[in-house]
Amino acid sequence: MSFTSFSDFLAMGHHGLYVWSAYGICLLVLAFNVAAPVRAKRRYLQEQARRLRRENKP
Amino acid sequence: MKSSAISWTWFHKLGSPKWFYSISGRMLPWLAIAAILLIGIGVVWGLAFAPQDYQQGNSFRIIYIHVPAAMLAQSCYVMLAVAGVVGLVWKMKIADVALQCAAPIGAWMTAVALVTGAIWGKPTWGSWWVWDARLTSMLILLFLYFGLIALSHAISNRESAAKACAVLAIVGVINIPIIKYSVEWWNTLHQGATFTLTEKPAMPAEMWLPLLLTVLGFYCFFGAVLLLRMRLEVLKREARASWVKEEVLNSLGREMAR
Repeated sequence: MSFTSFSDFLAMGHHGLYVWSAYGICLLVLAFNVAAPVRAKRRYLQEQARRLRRENKP
Repeated sequence: MKSSAISWTWFHKLGSPKWFYSISGRMLPWLAIAAILLIGIGVVWGLAFAPQDYQQGNSFRIIYIHVPAAMLAQSCYVMLAVAGVVGLVWKMKIADVALQCAAPIGAWMTAVALVTGAIWGKPTWGSWWVWDARLTSMLILLFLYFGLIALSHAISNRESAAKACAVLAIVGVINIPIIKYSVEWWNTLHQGATFTLTEKPAMPAEMWLPLLLTVLGFYCFFGAVLLLRMRLEVLKREARASWVKEEVLNSLGREMAR
C-alpha cells in the first residue's frame, strides 16, 4: 500500500482532482461502450417482435 | 496442394456469418470475464499499491488508463486497415462488419487517450494541450475515425460504403507509424514508450506490472464490445437467412420469459 490512510488515498498528494477525474471519465466511456450495443440489441428485438405481431395478424 | 487447401478452411469459415455468430457467442463471456478481472486488478493495484513516481508524484497513476487507451486506439486502427484489405481482396462480408463496428470504439478510445493525456499534462507540463507531434498526430487519428464513421453514413449503398471505408482505413494507416515514432523524430514534451519488445521497462516491476494488466484488460474489453456490436450487425444484415430468423425468435422467447 502506498498510502497511509483513505483520505490520503483520495487526495493523491494534491493531484486527486486530476487522477479521479481522468478515471471517472474513462469509466463513463467504458460503461457507455458496453451499454450502447446492449441497448441497441434490445431495441432491435422489440422492433422485430412488433413486426412479427403485425405480420401474424390476419 | 491438399495440405494448403485444408489449412485455409478456417479462413473461409471466418467469412460465414453463421459460423462467426456461433463462435463469437462462445468467446464473449470469457473475454468479458477476462476484461473485468484484468482491468479491476490492474486499476486497484495501480491506484493504491504501486509506488508513486519520484518526479510526478501521484498524477502518474493516470498512466494505467492513458497508455492502454492510446495503445488500443492505434491497434484498433491497424485492425481497421487489415479488415479493409481483407474486405477488398477476398470480398469477405464479415470484414466490413468488423470495420464498421470497430470504428466507433476506436474513436472513443482515442478520445479517452486525449482527455486523460490532457488531464495528466496539466500538473506535469503545466498545460492542458500543446501542439506537439505526439498530441497532434493522435488528434489526426481521432479525425480519421470521425471521417470513417461519417463516410459510412454518407453512402447509402452498403457495398460502395464498404469499399470507400476500406480505402480510407488503408490510406490512414500511414498515421500510425507517425504516432509511434513522433516522440523520437521531433522534439517533444511527451515521454517515450513504456513497453518495447527489445528492452526492459525503465520503471520498477511494481509500477509496470499493473500497467501490463490494464493494457491486456483493455484489449479484452475491446474484443468483447466489438463482438457485441458485430453480432447485432450480423443479425441485421442477414435478417433474411433462416438461421437468423430462428435466432431472433429464440432471443425474443428469452426476453418474454424474463
